[in-house]
Amino acid sequence: MSAPERPPITFAFDGREMTAEAGQTIAAALLATGVRSWRTTRVEGRPRGLFCGIGICFDCLVTVNGEASRRACLTEVQPGDRVETQEGAGRADLER
Amino acid sequence: MPTSNGDVLMDTGAFDVLVIGAGPAGLAAATSAARGGASVALLDAAMRPGGQYWRHRDGDDGRGHHDWDAFKRLRGELERERAAGRIAHLVDHAVWHLERTPGADGFTAHIVHAGADREVTGRTVVIATGAYDRQLPFPGWTLPGVFTAGGVQALLKGQGVVAGRRVVVAGTGPFLLPVAVGLAEAGAEVASLVEANNPLGMATHPLAALRNLDKLAEAAGYLRALRHHLILYRTRHAVVAAHGTDAVDAVTVARLDADWRVVPGSLERIACDAVAVGYGFTPQIELADDLGCAAALDADGSLVVTVDAVQRTSVDGAFAAGETCGVGGAALAVAEGALAGLHAAAAVAGTRPDRTAVTRLERERARRRVFAAVMPRVWPVRSGWRSWLADDTLVCRCEEVPVSAVRGAVTGLGALDARGAKLFSRAGMGLCQGRVCGYATAHLAAAAAGRLATADDIASTVKRPIAWPITLGALAAGPIPDDRATPSATVPAREESTA
Amino acid sequence: MTTTTQTADVLVIGAGIVGASVAYHAVRAGLRVAVVDRGGPAAGTSSACEGNILVSDKEPGAELELAMLSRRLWDRIADDLGSRAFEFDAKEGVVVATSEAEASALRAFAAKQRAAGIEVADVDPAGLRELEPNLSRDVAGGAHYPQDAQVQPMLATAHLLARARGLGASVHLGTTVTGFTKTSDGRVTGVATASPTLPTLSARWVVNAAGTWAGEVAALADAPIPILPRRGFLLVTEPLPKAIVHKVYTADYVANVASSDADLQTSVVVEGTPSGTVLIGASRERVGFERTFSAAVIRRLAAQVVELFPFLADVSLMRTYLGFRPYCPDHLPVIGEDPRASGLIHAAGHEGAGIGLSAATGHLIAQLAAGIPTDLDLGPFRPDRFDVVSA
Repeated sequence: MSAPERPPITFAFDGREMTAEAGQTIAAALLATGVRSWRTTRVEGRPRGLFCGIGICFDCLVTVNGEASRRACLTEVQPGDRVETQEGAGRADLER
Repeated sequence: MPTSNGDVLMDTGAFDVLVIGAGPAGLAAATSAARGGASVALLDAAMRPGGQYWRHRDGDDGRGHHDWDAFKRLRGELERERAAGRIAHLVDHAVWHLERTPGADGFTAHIVHAGADREVTGRTVVIATGAYDRQLPFPGWTLPGVFTAGGVQALLKGQGVVAGRRVVVAGTGPFLLPVAVGLAEAGAEVASLVEANNPLGMATHPLAALRNLDKLAEAAGYLRALRHHLILYRTRHAVVAAHGTDAVDAVTVARLDADWRVVPGSLERIACDAVAVGYGFTPQIELADDLGCAAALDADGSLVVTVDAVQRTSVDGAFAAGETCGVGGAALAVAEGALAGLHAAAAVAGTRPDRTAVTRLERERARRRVFAAVMPRVWPVRSGWRSWLADDTLVCRCEEVPVSAVRGAVTGLGALDARGAKLFSRAGMGLCQGRVCGYATAHLAAAAAGRLATADDIASTVKRPIAWPITLGALAAGPIPDDRATPSATVPAREESTA
Repeated sequence: MTTTTQTADVLVIGAGIVGASVAYHAVRAGLRVAVVDRGGPAAGTSSACEGNILVSDKEPGAELELAMLSRRLWDRIADDLGSRAFEFDAKEGVVVATSEAEASALRAFAAKQRAAGIEVADVDPAGLRELEPNLSRDVAGGAHYPQDAQVQPMLATAHLLARARGLGASVHLGTTVTGFTKTSDGRVTGVATASPTLPTLSARWVVNAAGTWAGEVAALADAPIPILPRRGFLLVTEPLPKAIVHKVYTADYVANVASSDADLQTSVVVEGTPSGTVLIGASRERVGFERTFSAAVIRRLAAQVVELFPFLADVSLMRTYLGFRPYCPDHLPVIGEDPRASGLIHAAGHEGAGIGLSAATGHLIAQLAAGIPTDLDLGPFRPDRFDVVSA
C-alpha cells in the first residue's frame, strides 16, 4: 500500500516561512521544526507551547490571521496562514 | 449546513439516541444502537472517529496503532449504518452543554459547530466523553517541552510528529509503556521510562492477570521493546523537577519511598528536550454533571458517573459508557458502549435487547472490569507528590497560581474545601476550568485543611456548565433550532480503508 | 469530649460579606465577636455575584443614604486591608441609555440623585465613546458616576473576616445553627448548633446575616422576615486586555431592580476584572432556589451585551455561574433589632446590592450593639415593617 499523500504547505510564523504537511495542526507543524513555545503568559510573561495536545488545557493558544487564542493543537494549518506568537490574551487592539 | 463528512442537518425531529463522543465507547454505542433499530446522532468534537485511543491520520493503515482491527470493525459498522441512514456522524460538533429538554421528554445537546450555536435533541443520550491525562504539578512543569503523555501520543499518532529528540517518559500507569515504545519506534531517543510504582505488583493479582492474558502479553511485548531500544526503565522513581530557561533541557529524577517522598541522596539529572508525563486519567464527566447524574469517587481517586448493569445513570434515559464510568481501557469501553447502545435503543423502542448479545458483552465487561479494578492498586497515586513542590511551584497553569496561594486560601483566608480554595486563589478559574489543576488543587486544599480530599472537593472541580468555549456572538445569534441530521448516502466515507 | 459554650457581645450568623462586615466593624468597636457559618467564608451569594459597589443605581431615599455612607466606609476598609488584597477598584460607573426616552428618563433620575448628593454628570454619545471607546455607537446618551467601584467579593469577605479574627473575633466555620436559645420571657441569648464540640454559643446580641437564608434563620427565632431568592446568572468571558474601563450598565437596570415581576427580567451590567475576564449580567427571576442551568437566559444576556459592546461578539464565553439575591418585597434590606425578639438583630435582604451596602450595614450594626446612636436612622429598614404573621 502506498504512503498517503501529504503535500507540503507553507505558512508564516512570526514572519518566518515554515512548512507543514497538509492536515497537520499548527502545534505539530511548529514542534516538528523545533519551535517549542508560541505564547507568553498574562501575568509572568513566561513562554508556553503545547501541553495536553488534545484541546483541554488551553496552554497552546496562538494568534492565527489576527484571531487570538486559537488552540494550536486543534487548528489545522491552512496554506498562507499567518501565525504569530501571542502575548498574554492577545487582542491588543482592544486595550483601552 | 453540511458537515465535512457529508452528513447534513435537515428536517426537525428528535433522534432516538444521542451519542456524545466517538472514541471506543461512543463508536460501540452508536453502532449497537443503530443495529438495534434506533436513529442515532453521533456527536464528536474531532474530525475523525476514534477518540484518543485510536487517534490517527488520514490514510493510516494500523502500523503503530493498538487494536486496529477492533477500530476497523467499528469504523466499518459506522459507515454501514451511516449509509443506511441510521447514524448521522456529526464531526466538529462539540457539546458545550447537555440538558433535559425543557418541557419535553429527552435531552438537548447544545453544540458549537464551525463557530455557530446548534442544538440537537434525542430521546435518550449516551455520554461517552472519555478521559484525559491526570497531572501532578512539579517544579518546572510549565516549561515548554514538558507535555502530557497523552499529548505526546496525540502528536505521534495523530500528527506523525515526534515530541523531541531526547525524551523522558514519566508518571505512572500502563499507558506509559506504549508512549515510550512508540517514541522509540519513531526514532526518538527515549532516555528513560520513569515509573513511580512497581508494576510487578500485578503479580499479586493473579486472577486479574489470568482473565486478561492479552494485557499481560501486551505488557511483555512492551518490556521487550524497552530492552530492544535500550530504554532505561526505572520503577519507584519520578521526575520531581524540570529544568531550563525558556524550555526544558533536563529533569531531576528521584527514587521514591512507599509514600512517594523523595529518598534523600537519590537525585539524578537527565538531559532531555522533551518530557512526557502522566499519572493515570481523569474521566471527563461534566456533561453528566450538567444533567445531575449521580457520581462517586472511584478507587483511583477520580469522580466517575454511577451506572447500573445496563449502563444507565441515575437520570432516566441517560446512559454512560467508557472512561466516564471508571478508567478501564478501550476494550472495557467498547463493551460498555455496546451495552449502553443496545439498552438505549431498546428503551426507546420499548423492546428488550437480544439476550445473547447482552450476555456476551456482559461477560467481556466483567472480565475487563476485573483488570480495571486492579489498576489503582498496582498504579496508585500516593500523597508524597505534595512534598516535591516548592512554594512557588505553579498549581494552576492557566492563571499562574502557585502552591502557596492555594494553601494560603485555606490556612490564611479560611477556605474549608477545594471550592473555597479556588474562590480565594483563582486556581481553576482559567480557560481550562480546572481540568488540569483540579486534582492537585483539591488534594492540596484538603491537606491544608488537615484532611483527605472528599468526593465534594473533587466534584467542585468537575462542575462546568460551559464545557467548550462558544462566542457571545454565536450565543446571541441563537441556535439553529433542533435539526434532524441525515447521512448523505451519496458521499463516500472519508477514510474507507482499501484493506 | 469537651464542649464549650462561648460567650460574646455579638454573635454573627453568616460569614458572607454582610456577616464579615458586621464582625469587622464590631470588633473594631471593641466588642467581643463570634461568627458562625455552616460553610466557609462567602459560601453563599457573596461568591456568586459581581462585586458591585454602586451609588449610581439608588433612588434618593433611605437606600441612597445607606449606599453613600457605605461607599465612604469602603474607602476606609480599602485603606485598612489594602486595595490589592481584594481588587478594590474605584473604577467609576457609566450608565447607558439606548433610546431617547431612556436618555430623558435617565437625565431626570440623575438630577434627583444630584440633588441628594450623588456626583453625576450627564454624558452625550460622544462623551460616552470617550469614556468607553469600545461601546456601540448606537446609544442615545448616558451618565457618568465617579463614585461607583468594584471589588472581588470573595476576597473582600475573606479578608474582612481574617482581619476580624486577627483582632480577636472567634470564627466557627462549618458549623450549622439549628435554633435559638431564649430566656423565659423570649429574649434571645444565643444559638444552638449541630456541632458536638460547640453545641451552644451565647451572646448579648445575635445578628442574622444569613443572606438568602436569613428568612429560614429568622423563622428559627420565631421572628420571621420575608426574604426570597431572586436568581441571577453571570457570564464570564475568556481573559482579555482591558477593553471595558468602567462598570457599565444600561438604564433599564434600575427599573428591573424595582420590579416585583417574578418573570425573567434582564438588562446589561458589564465590567472588566484585573484578571482580564469580563463579567456580564444581569438577570432576575423568582424561581425559588432552582439551580438548573438556563441556556435561554445565557443567550439573552449574550445578545444584550453584544449590542452594547460589539467587540464581544468574537469573545468566548468561558464559564457561567448563578446566585440567589436575598430579596425583600419592598426592595429594602432588613437592618436593625427585631422588636419581636429582643436581642436579635437582622442584617439581611440586600438583594443585588449586598456587597456595596455591607460596609454601612456592618458599621451601623456595630454602633447598635455598642449602644451608640447610629449614623443613619434605621427606621426604613426595620424588621417588623412587613405584613407577616408570626408562626
